[in-house]
This record gives sequence, structure tokens and C-alpha cells, in this order.
Amino acid sequence: MSALEKIAAIDAARQREVAAALRAFLPASAVLFNTEDVKPYECDGLSAFRQMPMVVALPANEAEVQRVLQTCHRLQVPVVPRGAGTGLSGGALPLGNGVLLSLAKLMRILEIDPLSRTARVQPGVRNLAISEAAAAHNLYYAPDPSSQIACSIGGNVAENSGGMHCLKYGLTVHNILKLRAFTVEGELLEIGGNSLDAAGYDLLALLTGSEGLLAVITEITVKLLPKPQRAQCVLAAFDDVVKAGQAVANIIAAGIIPAGLEMMDKITTGAVEPFVNAGYPLDAEAILLCESDGTPEEVADEIERMKAVMLASGATEVRVSQSETERVRFWAGRKNAFPAAGRVSPDYYCMDGTIPKRALPQVLTAIAELSKQYGLRCMNVFHAGDGNLHPLILYDANQPGELARTEEFGAKILKLSIDVGGTITGEHGVGVEKIDSMCDQFRAPELAMFHAVKQAFDAGGRLNPGKAVPTLHRCAEMGRMHVHGGQEKFPDLPRF
Amino acid sequence: MEPIVQQLTETLRQANANKTPLRIVGGGTKDFYGNPTAGETLSTGAYRGIIDYEPSELVLTARAGTPLTEIESALREKGQMLAFEPPHFGEGSTLGGIIAAGLSGPRRPYAGAVRDLVLGVRLLDGTGEDLKFGGQVMKNVAGFDVSRLMAGAMGTLGVILEVSLKTLPLPPAEVTLHQQRNEADAIRLMNEWAGQPLPISATCWTHGDLRIRLSGAASAVEAARRKLGGTVVDAPLAGAFWRGVRDHTDAYFTRGGALWRLAVKSTAPVIVLPGVQRIEWSGALRWLQTDASVATIREAAHRAGGHATLFRADANTNPVINNGGVFHPLSPALAVIHRKLKRTFDPAGILNPGRIYPGM
Repeated sequence: MSALEKIAAIDAARQREVAAALRAFLPASAVLFNTEDVKPYECDGLSAFRQMPMVVALPANEAEVQRVLQTCHRLQVPVVPRGAGTGLSGGALPLGNGVLLSLAKLMRILEIDPLSRTARVQPGVRNLAISEAAAAHNLYYAPDPSSQIACSIGGNVAENSGGMHCLKYGLTVHNILKLRAFTVEGELLEIGGNSLDAAGYDLLALLTGSEGLLAVITEITVKLLPKPQRAQCVLAAFDDVVKAGQAVANIIAAGIIPAGLEMMDKITTGAVEPFVNAGYPLDAEAILLCESDGTPEEVADEIERMKAVMLASGATEVRVSQSETERVRFWAGRKNAFPAAGRVSPDYYCMDGTIPKRALPQVLTAIAELSKQYGLRCMNVFHAGDGNLHPLILYDANQPGELARTEEFGAKILKLSIDVGGTITGEHGVGVEKIDSMCDQFRAPELAMFHAVKQAFDAGGRLNPGKAVPTLHRCAEMGRMHVHGGQEKFPDLPRF
Repeated sequence: MEPIVQQLTETLRQANANKTPLRIVGGGTKDFYGNPTAGETLSTGAYRGIIDYEPSELVLTARAGTPLTEIESALREKGQMLAFEPPHFGEGSTLGGIIAAGLSGPRRPYAGAVRDLVLGVRLLDGTGEDLKFGGQVMKNVAGFDVSRLMAGAMGTLGVILEVSLKTLPLPPAEVTLHQQRNEADAIRLMNEWAGQPLPISATCWTHGDLRIRLSGAASAVEAARRKLGGTVVDAPLAGAFWRGVRDHTDAYFTRGGALWRLAVKSTAPVIVLPGVQRIEWSGALRWLQTDASVATIREAAHRAGGHATLFRADANTNPVINNGGVFHPLSPALAVIHRKLKRTFDPAGILNPGRIYPGM
């Protein structure tokens, strides 16, 4: 989808009607429609896509969320749910004819049960706030997306967010037990349970990562884990990205599951070092950060093994953090890669493909070629342990044509990820951003099945429509799919 | 397309057109599980073999009919395992059956369930359409997570053809401890330990005997052994013990009678019902051999924050099975969604009809 697509105009009469219906039970301050009030909601973390919402609703509790949904259902208004608005794929991009349903006011931690290692929270609670609240019990919530100081748990569930530690500790789907959610009609669904599994189909897995297309989540029970007693990090430098990629494979083949395993290329270390002074070896073509956590005994053992593998894999330099301060400094550059990209370039565009690790050299070489071809610099940051690539394409939106070139460059990286057996998105979601690339990854019958699954929850197609799954018509128009007349599996599905 | 898949597709297309019910069979080792289903047999056993296994990717892809033993020995050779520790209810257990039944063994609370380790599936839906979801990589959020939806769906949403699973390294060291504990203390301790950084990989309490398995780095296992205390069980005996727990071959499971599986909140207090209980999963799984009424058991499971499954029926509980009542009833709102999903994947209702719930 091009960011330059036409922005929908807002029907003023309809806007008054919908706002009045919502103000019947919400205070005026919780129903926004004046331009200056709704402006902050025109985009999420993917600012290249903007659209003013017709109305913004800010319910403060579950009952109000239900009434907003019931009201919108009665008026047949599309609804776009939004958490903290930090998403990177435009999943919370508003609709000009829709209500933007913000869950931000539902921000209470309802219960922490240290003995059962669970927390019951509202969707607007920030990811990091859960770990902060659990810290008193020596527990924490494991998934830690880079935006964890700001992103909300509801959004994490909607996107199935990952983070630096998911190779060892899993994604959101592995760390939640139960959801309270409402269908687009306002019907309550209780999904999962306080037990480790629930009767019937695994709707908990289905809803996780469904990008707000199936239901609106109002409460989440998450698992808490014991905090590791100790963490230590190995920094290894390589004079060749291929060797660094091989070192990653060797670590895993040695039977080690690191708590974190990240790669940065030379352009990235060069960009971040002036800002964080992490002491990265700037002449290295790639560096790996490899973390061990656990009991002091385990960590001591594992660090020695990690060091040995790195050296045997041809590392030109290996450092081990000798203090918590030094460990944090090692990570500072990685955690600041995105802000650093923002400092060295007016704009940047973050990609999110996942590839089998063995394809890393091939993919990095191809990205370097594309970078030359498009005349756009690209920083490569990589969750190496699980194959999740984050190339950051640097561009300047004020230069005519540069955004379009950037999008094309990005789409080629995604196509490449699919071609080597990977996926277009590892953790950021499809949203509106990667919707066309879905036509490359899935065939028509699979996309039709996604639409049919959505219909099972939302027959009218009014919950976050237009996101995550492209219409078959769209794919066909782009020449990315061949649909034979009359042979479609779900001929009654809307095609636009 | 592979000839076997071609044949399965053709069978499904015809069955869909004629509304012929099909009973999907892999190794046939879990016929006892779930509600009975009648229909022509559709066997996936011949579609077998490991397609791809790259230990450094931690991913294995295999065909549904691949025997579990074949997968496990391929993994063991490379120092890896299926971390959900799938039960073997017979020699012939297949990958497809393991995924469809969605059952996990003693390691489940500490390393994840079947569904947690499923990365991708290829399946035939009820119309014979060949569909692929997920993939061979660990992080993948493109499209709805249909792969994990197949785990535990009892074959009612599709015929699983191929599965990609995340694999994990075998732990370098393992020790099993034995302690004498009463039931309430065992439940409390299992939960307290789970909240500490200890390398616990299995727990099991029956009749005052609590066994704890520790797996991980030798140093961590040794430190935990000293911390927890108790008698160390000889390694061969310990291995046999956990296999018996996993495969339901030990004395607890072989005495006969109805067997109920209660998945509950791990901290749920002692469930007071007549009969003999076994506790696993740090308290989150309670096995119950009881002649209490179905309503009483369901109510107890509900109060304990979970659900009850009639895992194996006896003469007295056969009517439950015949009424399609093996699994815990769904709330009306969830039942509606379930029926719609069933129709989506299997419009003619031909795949293992009734195996999970009546009409599904």
C-alpha cells in the first residue's frame, strides 16, 4: 500500500450522529472529533501513513468499551482499536468513516498473584509497568519489545510482539493465559483460562497477533517468570558478516539457547557509537551481542562456552561484560539503533522480515546490492538468534520520490525474505504497511481462508477493516495472484 | 503434487460433495481419546518422513504420518528434543496425531505445549483445498495463526499434512529428586519453586510421593538439588518413572476405571473428591480416578479455575462419551464462534464429526 494513497474525507453529518450517540453514555471529554483533538490519533508508530479519524472514543472501563461497540454496531460504523499507538505497521491507522477506539484509559493492573505467577491487567497497561509491578516478588513479564516503556500489553497481544529475549522466553502468545474480549457486536468472549490450556479450539492463539480484526481485548492474564539472578553478555567482533552469521549457527548447534543474540553491521555500529559510547570496535564488519542469564553457576558455564564458540568461529575480538554497567553499555547501542537512525537521517523505514538463519549471508549481500541500486543507505539490525531482520532504510521524505523508492526497496527485502523460506513480518505485524506483500507470501485460497476466519468473528467486516489481509481483488489487480473467474472458494466474500 | 496428497485431496473433494463423514487416523493410538466419531477411515499414516531438519535453525519439518519415534531419534542424534515431551500411547504414534490431539507431557509448564512449538502447518481443509500457514521460522506474524489453531482441534478443522516444529537442545544434566509430602504441601511447594530460578522440568505427586526432575547445566542442576533436598532417584529408574507418567503406563494409570484430566489454576487447593489423584505440572494438571458424577467433577474443575476432560471412560462413564460429553462444555458465546470456525474449515461437516463437540 502506498503511503501516498488518497486520504478519506469525513462526512460531517455522520460525524455528529456518531459522536452524539457515544456522548449519550460517555463524557464529552471521552468523545473527540474536533480536528485539533483527533490530530494526535491520525497515525501510529508508522507515521508515513496518516488519516484523521471521524471520531475518537476513549472509554474508561470494560462496560464502556462494550457500549461503544454496541453503539457502533447499531450505527454500522467501522471500529479501529488502538493501544499506545506505538505499532510499526499502521495497524491502528484510523478510518475517515470510523471510530478510533482507544484502550489507553484502561490502564489498571488488576491483580498480581505471585504464587501462581500471573498478573491480570487491562489492555492499556504499559509492557514495562507489568515487570515493574511484579519486581517486588522477584518476577517479571518476559516479552520485551524495544518500545516496552511505551507500548501497551493490549497492543502486544494484538501484534504477538516479541523482543530481544524471545528465542529463550517466547513471544506474547507463549506468555499469556487468558483474555477477556468483545466481539464487534459487543458480545463478551472469555478465552483461555487460569489453567495452562482450555477446552475447545485454541482461540487464544488465534486472537494473539490478529491485529484487532477479530475482537477487542479488555483484559489479559499474563504469565510471570522468576527473574534470572544474573545476566552477562559477550561482545564478539567479526571482519566478515558471513562469519558472524556462521557463529550464530554454531552457538545454537552447540546446544546453547542464549537469552539474547543480536547482530549489528558496521554502518549500524558506526551510527550508534557517537551517541552511546558503547566502545564498539568500529572496524568490525559485524558485531554479535550474546547474552546468558540464569543462576550464577549456569551463567559462568555458559559464558565460557559462548566465548569458545565465538573464537572458534573466527571472532577478531571477544569481550565479556565484567559488571552490570558494562553489560548495559554493550546493549545501549542495540537498544538505541532506531533513535540513532533518526539522528543520522531525516527519516528511516524499518523492515521486519524473518529468514532461516542459514540464508543470512545471501540476504545481507542482496540488501547491500539493493541499497546501491536504490541509492539509499541501509542499517542492518538483526535478532540473530531467531532470524528476525530489521533493516533500517534511511531516506528523506522531503526529497521527491524518495519515500516511494524506499517503499519499493522495502518490498524487495520482504520478497527476498519469502523467497529464502521466511516471512514478511516477524513481530511488527502486517497492518496497512505490508498488506501488498501478503499477496506474495500467501496464495488465494489461504487469503480466502483468512477472510473466512475474520467473518466467523465479524460477519460485517467492521472491526479494523482493510488491515492485515489483502482482498483477493487487490492482489489480482497488482498482478500478484491469478484468480480464475468463478473458481473462488468464498464467492460471497467482499472483494474490496 | 505428491500422489498420496493427490489421493487424500480427491477423497476429501468427493466426501465434501457427498457429505460423507470421514474418520481421520494416523497411528490409531489415541482412538480412545475424545468423543467417538463414525465415518470412512481416512489414513494419513502413509504420508510420512522428515522433510527438513536443520539443528542450528532449531526447526524440524515432517509429514503427518511420520512416527514420533523416528522424529525423536533423529533429534536425539543431534542432541535435540521435542520440548513438549509428547506422550506415546502406543508404538505407532504419529506427528499428525500428536498435533491434532494437542497433548503434552511432563515438561509442558516449563518448556511449552505442543501449540507453543508449532511454527507452521500444511493441511487439507474439508473441501480438499491444500493450504499452508505459518512457516519454518520462529517469529512470524503474517496472517492469522491458523497453525496453532490446529493443535488440539482433534482433526475437526483439517487433515494435517505437514508440520514444522521448534526443537530445543537436550539438557546436559538431569536429576530426579524424591520427597515425602502431603498433597497440600506438595501443591504449595511446587508453586513456590516455580517462582524461583530453578531448572525444574517436571513434577509429579501421587500418594504422598513427590518427584521433581531438574534439567539443565550440570552446575545449575547440582545447585538446585542441594537447595531442594530429598533423595536422588537412580537415573535409569527416574527415566522409567517419567516415561510411565508421560505415556500413562505406570501403576497409577493402569488400575482401570474412569480417568479424568483436570487442567486447573496451579495454586488451586486440594480437590476434594472420592478416588485417587495424581498431580503434575506444578499443580496445574490433576488426574483423577473417581466415580464421582460428571456434574460434580465439572463443577470442581470450574471452581479450580479450569476444565475437566473425561480422558478414558469406563462402563459407567460410557454414556458421557456417547453423548459427546468428553470435553468441558463451552460458554454459549464461544460455542457460536466454534461452530462458525468449523463451518469455515469444513463446510460439509465431514472431518471427524462430533469428535470434539456434538455438531463440530
